[in-house]
Parts: sequence; C-alpha cells; structure tokens
Amino acid sequence: MFAYYLQLGLRSLRKNPLLTLLMVLAIGCGVAASMTTYSVFRATSNNPIPQKSSQLYAPQIDNWGPDVSKDNKGEPPNAMTYTDVINLMRDKRAKRQTALYPTAMSIVPADASMLPFRETSYGWYADAFGMFDVPFLYGHGWSASEDDSHAAVAVIGKALNEKLFNGRNSVGQNVNLNGRDYRVVGVADKWNPEPVFYDVINTNGFDDPIQVFIPFTRAVELQTPTNGNNNCSHDPGKGWDSWIHSECVWVGFWAELPTKSEADAYHQYLNGYSAEQQRSGRFRWAPNTRLRNVTEWLEYQKVVPQEAKVSLLVSLGFLLICLVNTVGLLLAKFMRRSSEIGVRRALGATRQEIYIQFLIEAAAIGLAGGVLGLLLTGVGVMGVSLVFEPDIAKLATLDVSLVLLTMLVAILATVLAAFYPTWRAAQVQPAWQLKSN
Amino acid sequence: MLKMTHLSKVYRTEVVETYALRDFNINVNEGEFVAVTGPSGSGKTTFLTIAGLLETFTGGQYHLDGVEVSNLNDNERSRIRNEKIGFIFQAFNLIPDLNVFDNVEVPLRYRGMKAPERKQRIMDALERVGLASRAKHYPAELSGGQQQRVAIARALAGSPRLLLADEPTGNLDTQMARGVMELLEEIHREGATIVMVTHDPELAARAQRNVHIIDGQVVDLAEDPRFHHAVHSARANSPA
Repeated sequence: MFAYYLQLGLRSLRKNPLLTLLMVLAIGCGVAASMTTYSVFRATSNNPIPQKSSQLYAPQIDNWGPDVSKDNKGEPPNAMTYTDVINLMRDKRAKRQTALYPTAMSIVPADASMLPFRETSYGWYADAFGMFDVPFLYGHGWSASEDDSHAAVAVIGKALNEKLFNGRNSVGQNVNLNGRDYRVVGVADKWNPEPVFYDVINTNGFDDPIQVFIPFTRAVELQTPTNGNNNCSHDPGKGWDSWIHSECVWVGFWAELPTKSEADAYHQYLNGYSAEQQRSGRFRWAPNTRLRNVTEWLEYQKVVPQEAKVSLLVSLGFLLICLVNTVGLLLAKFMRRSSEIGVRRALGATRQEIYIQFLIEAAAIGLAGGVLGLLLTGVGVMGVSLVFEPDIAKLATLDVSLVLLTMLVAILATVLAAFYPTWRAAQVQPAWQLKSN
Repeated sequence: MLKMTHLSKVYRTEVVETYALRDFNINVNEGEFVAVTGPSGSGKTTFLTIAGLLETFTGGQYHLDGVEVSNLNDNERSRIRNEKIGFIFQAFNLIPDLNVFDNVEVPLRYRGMKAPERKQRIMDALERVGLASRAKHYPAELSGGQQQRVAIARALAGSPRLLLADEPTGNLDTQMARGVMELLEEIHREGATIVMVTHDPELAARAQRNVHIIDGQVVDLAEDPRFHHAVHSARANSPA
C-alpha cells in the first residue's frame, strides 16, 4: 500500500502545483536556514575527544591573587606559569600529565630545491600522545626518558611527512627545525580535533592540523619562545630565565584522571599545592584552584561563538514559522478532499489507512522540501563567511551526515506538521460527506 | 441479510433532540430487491447510511449478515463495508483525480488484493457495465449515466453481498435512468441483495418489495393510499 499511497500523494501534489510549490518553498527555506546555522554550531560545539572528554582535565591555579582575579569573577588565570607546571610534572599525581605550549618552527627541508617554511609546533611531554589518543601512521611518540634528557626528537604530522619525505616512513630520518636536526620518532596520522581542546587559549578553538611536536623540555632548554599568549600581572624583567621564573602565565597543562575519585583527589592536591605556595610566601592568598574536564573547559572558554547559538535559535524559530504555515496549507489541501475521504471511507478505508495515506503525501512534500533545502543549505554554507569569522566559517561543510540530516529534518518536520491536518482528514464522517453531495 | 429492530437515531444539539429514525424495524432477506421510499427528510438516507455502517445508531439492534454491528470498532466496520457492502450514490461519488480503472480499483486496494486479481475483477466489472473501453478515461470525460455505471462497476468489483443504492438515477435523464435500473435488475437476478432508496414510484415499482418511511419509521403501505395508488399506477405503466 505504501507505493499506492505515494502514487496518490504525488498525483495530488501535481494537481495543485502552486500550493505544492508554496509548501515545498516553506519547508525548503526553513530547513536550509536551520541546517546552515546548525553546520556552524555542530562544528563549534563538537566534542573533540568523546571517549576521554570526562577523563582529561585542565587545572588552574590562581598565582595572581584576588586583586587580579576579581576582574575575572574570581577565576584563576587560563594558563599556568612555568614554575607551576614544572612542579606539577615533578609530582606526577595524575595517571598521565603534560605541559604544553605552541612555538613557531622554521623548517629547512633536506631537498635543496625546497624553500624553508614555518610551521606552528607544540612542545609537550611524552604522555600527551597517549592522553590525547594521537593516531600514528609510523612509529610512536618519544619516551619519558627522552623528555628527561631533552632529546632532539620529533613527531611530525602526515602532511609534513608528505611534504618532506613524499609520504614514506620517515622514522629515524632527521628533520631540521630552527636550524637543528631532530630525529623523527613517529609520524602522526591526520589528527585535528575540533575544537582544538588542548589549546583553546591560543587557537580560539580552531586551527589547521599541527605538524610538529617536540619535547617540552627541549623547547625550553633551547629557549624557544611561545607563539601563543603570554600574560603577566607584573613586569617579568629581562631575559629568558627571569621570564620563565616569573608569574607570567603561558603554559597549558592537562592531567588524565580516569575516575571521579581521582579527579577529586587531584583537585585536593592542587589546593594543597597552592597552600604550600602560600606557606612559602609566593602566594599571599588562600588557594583558588579549578579543575575542569574537556567539556567543562570548552564551555568555560566559550568556544561556541555566541552568534552561532543565536543564529541557530533564530533559524529554528524561522523553521517553526515555516512549519506553522505548512500546517495551514496542508489543512486547506486535505480538507478540500473531504468528499474523496468520505468515498474512500465508504469503500472500506479505515481511519488509520486515511491517516497513513495523507502522512505519506506529507512526507513526499517533505522530501521535495528536503531536496530544495539541501540546495539552499549548500548555498548557505558557502555564505557562512559573510556572518562568521573565516576560521569558524571554514568549519561549516555540507558533508554526508548534514545531507542526511537535512533530508531527515525536512521529512520529519513535514510529517510532524501534517499530524493535525491528517488527523482532521481521518475524522471526516463519510455519511455526512456523502449526504451533502 | 439485514435486520434492524427498534432502531433509533437521534441527532442531539445543546437545545434540541431530533429523531431521524424512531423505533425503526426492517428485515431484508438474502436475494431481495427492496425499494425504500418516503418524502424528503423522512429518514431514508439516514437508514441507508446506518445500513451501510457509515454512521452509528443511538438505540436498538442491527444485524448485518447475522452479525450484531453496534459493538464493532472502526476497523471492523470498515472491513465489513469493504467486503460485504457495495454503495451506489446519487452523485456517483467518483474520485475525479482517478481514471475509471483506478476508481473501480479503490475498494479492492483496501482489501489487499494482489494486482493480477484486481485487474481481472476491474475489467470484468467494467465489461459488465459496458465501459471496458473507457478504463483510462477520467470521470469528467464521461456522461452522467456512464459515471453511474462506473460507480456500479466499483460496487460490483468487490462482489458484495449487499448493494445499497441511494437515488441511483436521481441525477440522470430518463433514458440513462432506465439503463441503470436495468443493470440493477440484472445484478439482482444474479443473486445480489439490493436496497434502493428512491423518490421515484416507477423505480420503486420495479423492486420486489417496497418499504415506506415517514418521520423516521417504517409504515405499512396499505395505510398510505396515495403512495399505494402511485405504485399501482407505475406498475401498470411499467414496460416490463
């Protein structure tokens, strides 16, 4: 019967092309608006590491005191001092932990025909690869002992490996970074969590895939400056040593704490550490620490742009208005066919069969609206850059999942809008319809 | 085949109750051709819609083919309508968007019949009413008489045991009406039970039995000499 109902539905739609066009336009525009804004919202609100987002934590320690933190609702700074991360790394209270900071590396290719180029790189600890589930194409991350020995080792990304080594296994090869050779120990497969949860401070959450990772200890030893934010409450003085031992915050820190009890214990440890700093005279205030997992951290850092939320809400409202209009149009369309419904009921159609027939007709309208919506969503996605920042706009893509979602939303929304009109159609009393003829 | 006992149908509003049928009793046997007559507003069509399970009744009992129908749900009533009852309406009630073939197919679709059997039945029914060559035509392309023949084919395609006709010739000229009436008589001769509501004494005279309704009740024809006379005259003038 499905094919029969679909055939009837299409025939009915062809009979009133103007009415059909109005409904398809209403649904297509409503769905396109909501899907375009959803594509931005989806990209920005994505959980970048769902399997571990409740186990990875970003600690914060208030090293500036209430005079400064009161301007930020009492929140500690977003990053840490070198002093604190080195102490936290030394204590190793988490299952795994890493300090990290971005740097800019000049890469000198071995191929003399290629010009040197710059790449954003990260200095972090060996634990980071396992903590962040970095996938490897070849080799692996470096070891903790290589952290300790400040080894000249590097993990490079797939794209850089393509560029420098034509995609071959480059493990054991050297790569020249800032004029020094580093031995490649691993080639990471394509890895670009969105948002870039491990460093939202310096990336605003979105960046190109990172292609170079070296040991944090090595980067510091070579006095490689940060390519990210550096916030100081006081003048750090001149020179590298005075800067890294100052109260300037520029280092990110992550701890892997698989259970809630471990997270609670770690938070206690942070408070204990702060109290110790207070006792030693470094902090002149009570401990003020935070410990947020990935989801909480992204929420706290407001990674989802406010305009993405607002535009999604506005477009959903628009879709709702379109659907209300569709309800009215469907009601008019279906009730004009009361006599047909009466005849069908007289000839043996149950209410349920009438209901299904008209819902399928509505679904056919939804399908047509979905196709139009898909085309308009494609146009909308191309125009996202008119409203959003370029690094956000480029995330909005019309991929397979969005295509399927657009069709699904269009059909489901239309069927939902058709519930009342079809219910009214199914309630038509055949006796009255036939008597009135 | 059809038995109504002390049946009533009341239309209620906030201020008034209107009896469309009151203490209504009728018994139609299998194979009978019964004409139901009566003035406008007497309850003829209400009787027919209740008989066809298109409408519920307020009180009394109705047995259709031995089944008490008052407690049947919508699905059961629909199934009985589909399998046992054929309808012929004054206004034909063909679906304008469907061609002749598709119109006749409608009740068979709801019976879940396979396509080859549907096609066979449709073509047989159209052959029977002489419209097999018009299967692809749309109702608007047919005359009134042809449309009513399509409606009859639609009613016959499902091989119903009871045919309910509401003023089947009411919208037709004399010649077309005669043709439709002859078709109904032929169907009756082949064994169908027919209940026909009509205003027309001549048509009523061609039925086996007349039932007269006044004010929602069946009355004895012998108590209504005017109608008795009309039927008598019609029978005398009938060409059959």
